[in-house]
Amino acid sequence: MNEHEILERFVRTDPRDVGCDEAIAVLHVYVDLVAAGQAAADRYPGVAAHLAACGPCGDDFAGLLAAVTTQHDET
Amino acid sequence: MGASRYHGPVQLARSAPRELDDESASWLRRLSSASLAERQAAERELHGRLIRIARSEVRRRSAGTPVTGPELDDVAHQAGDDAMLAILAKLAEFRGESRFTTWAYKFVMLEVSGKLGRHYWRNPPVVLDAEQWDRLPDRLGLDPHQHAEAACIVAEVRRVVDAELTAHQRRIFVAIVVDGIPLNALAVKLGLQRNAIYKVIFDARRKIRRALITRGYLDELDVGQR
Repeated sequence: MNEHEILERFVRTDPRDVGCDEAIAVLHVYVDLVAAGQAAADRYPGVAAHLAACGPCGDDFAGLLAAVTTQHDET
Repeated sequence: MGASRYHGPVQLARSAPRELDDESASWLRRLSSASLAERQAAERELHGRLIRIARSEVRRRSAGTPVTGPELDDVAHQAGDDAMLAILAKLAEFRGESRFTTWAYKFVMLEVSGKLGRHYWRNPPVVLDAEQWDRLPDRLGLDPHQHAEAACIVAEVRRVVDAELTAHQRRIFVAIVVDGIPLNALAVKLGLQRNAIYKVIFDARRKIRRALITRGYLDELDVGQR
């Protein structure tokens, strides 16, 4: 990757990005779609754009997906 | 500066309330039961799950936080406890858009995020306003040995940040991007919501990009018109 590609990646923003509040509001719905193998990003492109760009929301998404795809009902 | 395109025209198509799956219906029935014994049993079961998930989550995030050891376990317990309170308080708001457990576990994620942000400042590896511009090449992935223009690019980004961002934008941009302070931690420090910090970074990036295009460091056409 050359300097200009790195610089472009650094300042890139996606106009579809819905922001943290909107993404978190539907995160549980989005995660269930992903866990079920459905096209969550097609249904919620603005949420997908946000989760790809926002570290904290991306972390919440990864954690929630891990939680629902891992067995936690042991005592 | 033009109007921000942040929160663009895309509208969320939220699901209408739908029939609950059997497991979600069972959770709701038991957590709302008129029988104290049944309700308490359900609360104990859910609380146990929340604590286990919170522990898993703080372990998963441990590499990205200065919080360690017993303090990390405390964070997990506090997050599980507070998530439980939030879930019970908002039980009537569950609309069946997802499985009940997915909805409930989201509260754990949010509590873990918020608490790790608060605990960051108990022993912060980075002081607010430290301005570690010399680390920016590393953060960008620019190797001075491989990228001859690295120093010029960093100098130009710094010039734009100093000259063209507002004081508020500059402070937040430098803290997050230059100094590497976690966004959740900065939100706690400044008393702002996560979304408010993110919006500042979003708008600052767009402003920097426009300045870099104007000065010939980026091509208007090769970057997706963003």
